[in-house]
Amino acid sequence: MTSSGRVIGDVLLQVDNISLSFGGVRALTDVSFDIRQHEIGAIIGPNGAGKSSMLNCINGFYHPQAGTITYKGMARKQMRPHEAAAQGVARTFQNIALFKGMTVLDNIMTGRLLKMRQNFFMQALYWGPAQREEIKHREHVERIIDFLEIQAIRKMPAGRLPYGLQKRVELGRALAAEPDLLLLDEPMAGMNVEEKEDMCRFILDVNDEFGTTIVLIEHDMGVVMDISDRVVVLDYGRKIADGKPDDVRSDQRVIDAYLGVSH
Amino acid sequence: MDWLFFTKVLIGGLLSGVMYSLVALGYVLIFKASGVFNFAQGALVLFAALTFVSIVEGFGSKAPGDLVFWIAMVLTLVAMVAVAIGTERFVLRPLVNQPLIVLFMATLGLNNFLEGAAQGIWGNDVHRLEIGISERPIDVLAALGLSATPSRAASTSGPPAASAPTAATAAAPAEEGTSPDDEEIKIEVVETGPVVAQSGLLVSQFDLFAAATAGLLVTSLALFFNYTRIGRALRAVADDHQAALSVGIPLQHVWAIVWAAAGLVALVAGLLWGSRLGVQFSLSLVVLKALPVLIVGGFTSIAGAIVGGLVIGATEKLAEVYVGPLIGGAIENWFPYAVATLFLLYRPQGLFGEKIIERV
Amino acid sequence: MLYREAGQYKSTYRGDQAIFPIAQDRFGLFVLLAVAFVAVPLVANEYWLRSILVPFLVYSLAALGLNILTGYAGQVSLGSAGFMAVGAFAAYNLAIRLDLPFYVYLPLAGLITAAVGIVFGLPSLRIKGFYLVVTTLAAHFFIEWIFTKVPWFTNYTPSGVISAPTMVLAGIVLDSPMERYLVTLVIVALLTLAAKNMVRSAIGRAWMAVRDMDVAAEIIGIPMLKTKLLAFAISSFYLGIAGALWAFVYLGAVDAQAFDLARAFQILFMIIIGGLGSILGSFLGAGFIVLLPIAITNLAALFGGAIHANTLANLEHVVFGSLIVIFLIVEPYGLARLWQIGKEKLRLWPFPH
Repeated sequence: MTSSGRVIGDVLLQVDNISLSFGGVRALTDVSFDIRQHEIGAIIGPNGAGKSSMLNCINGFYHPQAGTITYKGMARKQMRPHEAAAQGVARTFQNIALFKGMTVLDNIMTGRLLKMRQNFFMQALYWGPAQREEIKHREHVERIIDFLEIQAIRKMPAGRLPYGLQKRVELGRALAAEPDLLLLDEPMAGMNVEEKEDMCRFILDVNDEFGTTIVLIEHDMGVVMDISDRVVVLDYGRKIADGKPDDVRSDQRVIDAYLGVSH
Repeated sequence: MDWLFFTKVLIGGLLSGVMYSLVALGYVLIFKASGVFNFAQGALVLFAALTFVSIVEGFGSKAPGDLVFWIAMVLTLVAMVAVAIGTERFVLRPLVNQPLIVLFMATLGLNNFLEGAAQGIWGNDVHRLEIGISERPIDVLAALGLSATPSRAASTSGPPAASAPTAATAAAPAEEGTSPDDEEIKIEVVETGPVVAQSGLLVSQFDLFAAATAGLLVTSLALFFNYTRIGRALRAVADDHQAALSVGIPLQHVWAIVWAAAGLVALVAGLLWGSRLGVQFSLSLVVLKALPVLIVGGFTSIAGAIVGGLVIGATEKLAEVYVGPLIGGAIENWFPYAVATLFLLYRPQGLFGEKIIERV
Repeated sequence: MLYREAGQYKSTYRGDQAIFPIAQDRFGLFVLLAVAFVAVPLVANEYWLRSILVPFLVYSLAALGLNILTGYAGQVSLGSAGFMAVGAFAAYNLAIRLDLPFYVYLPLAGLITAAVGIVFGLPSLRIKGFYLVVTTLAAHFFIEWIFTKVPWFTNYTPSGVISAPTMVLAGIVLDSPMERYLVTLVIVALLTLAAKNMVRSAIGRAWMAVRDMDVAAEIIGIPMLKTKLLAFAISSFYLGIAGALWAFVYLGAVDAQAFDLARAFQILFMIIIGGLGSILGSFLGAGFIVLLPIAITNLAALFGGAIHANTLANLEHVVFGSLIVIFLIVEPYGLARLWQIGKEKLRLWPFPH
């Protein structure tokens, strides 16, 4: 783990007693945890434990029936996803959600949309301020492209890229928004060892260089234990453990959840 | 409020709704099996009716009428199966796993193709079609033993101003079998059902026959879907093309069968609509009447097609009679769409459809 | 050998973001504009100007409008003919009631159509994909009904068909086929440039994001309401201007029948054949649809005489229908994509790699 003087700050995101159900199916029951600034937090658990649902609640895609989410000191209810995005929450998806018909460059540029101020009329004229704005953001995006080492594919349609690169582009799009809180849903699923190592490096670098707080869902325990500061374990929609990687690893309930136990 | 008049309009609407349902059924079949709205169903109706009527006319009086009818029926069915197989082979098979909107646009192309082909082969003339079912009305109330006395009925027959246009539209296409104008693009909405007469509610035999046919079709299709192996395969295919293929369902056969079934439904609808409106180009525009029906009923439900047809038929007629005069009339073209839009906004899956949950 | 970009280095992002970053493309465009503005007026005869070039340009504009909504923003619409009718009737009423000059009433008609487009675009916030086709059909039928039933719009003309007022610029009546062609060309060229600028800017990326995956677009912070309604508004603006030009410049009459559902399908077919989400494709598709009937007639003449109008119409139907299916199967991005592939090949030619 890198430790170049990272300072873990105050609580950035606090989740209190969240419960979510679809019809009669309870996805989350009474889940609470918090994430501090500059921290890398991991949510783990068996399939169907409610991990993705938890992320969906945090960025406002699902609305939990009970509980509160406090972000940057403000409790919120019924927040729409784009409002969350405007407050600096960005994310990637379990099943890649790139804009397949657009180039890599355009995909990452969409991450800058919230920061672009010119109206469509100026854009139609493509003159003066609108052009300067385009170029300014292009420069920023090019820095991300350099950072993720995807210069060679910047003009390729995203849909034609191999899986690992798509995941990387998706990370780029999330980074383009300069988020304070970055939610990564299984960033390393389906990758080979080298690709995983690359991705780990990017995640740690993002956390280190930009000071971005990260919440990630991951199945690869080695990765989780390596890069995260704290681990929250969900099982059947309930939190069963929360703590430092080493503590969680030895927690009996976690072992039961993963290895199975006869009740 | 004149309740007898209201009832007449309502029944008239419901019966014309049955005619819409007949067309809508064809869409439901294909939607269930491929998840796509087949815009070409209207062209199928036109194709079937034109083929049938041309074969009948080809025989002329060389053979007895009944025999000709059945020969034409069989030959047309063969033609529809051929169209189904061709469609599967040249349109659907190359588009497996494409987004549904692409499939929809492909059916737009198919629609154009079939319209052009049908008229290219059989000509652009308007044909008269006689299927031997009388339009002569029968008295429903009398049949049920509820006949009103002449004096009472006379006093309760609808206001002349409102009933005159309805009677006029009913008479023209129904009795002549052709629409007066070849170039007519709009669907003449046929005022079916009750004609204001001396003794209460009158319903044409033709309408009752159409309703019975629709009922028979629905029952057999429902049985087919729910109790046969091929029906189960259909439902699997609709859910996910690739998954269905991977468990060994012969996608090609399933689609060909379903399109053939849709062709059969199109033939029935074509015969009924054709004997009403005359067999002509505007038949293919019944698609525009069926769309709102499907939205209201839900795209995946056979029962929905029927109920949706009834709802659209009834609201359309009631709106035309009660609201139409206030705002200029002839609202039948857009009113069903307004109803459909409301449904889409508040109950997008329709009355009988399945609810969809969005995921990421 | 001629179409090469080797040696053309771009040292600024500005250079890389130009409309045509490759010099040969820029040159090609200048040649095209020179032909359109200079050569065509010098050589084209009245038939070509009136019956081919003007409808081609107006169709291109309409296709461009629909392509913004359907090809870029992914909202499939069959309301385009209805919106064209709104533009035509708005222009007519502005012209005769307020006595405005055409360079004022034309953009105003576009704005009115944009407003109508926003209203009918509202359902798109809840209704997606194919279902939106139904609500745009509702828009079409409603608009068609209003223009045939409310006599105010046709200025109480009994037949419902009205001749369009003439267009006057600086005291000159723009009436000859040449003048009409040039007016249309200028308008289409300017609006094309604006469209190209929009689709390569933030708004264009927002549209494409909504098209490709609306859920993800919303989550990364693209406001659905604004993006979709803007697509409807701008698309309708283009369609409105196209409708007004169709009535004023091409037909010389304002008639609701000229904007029936068949027209809406025609425009949709143009962008499918030309290329969804392509500016160039809008022009290619329009050109294709204008030229195909002429080509069929000429071919028939070649093989033995004239063909009946009905047969021609049926043949057109069959050819269009087949082409649409073929394009969807073989080349979903239409003629524009074929053009691009051709260019790629040319870059390498005559070397194999």
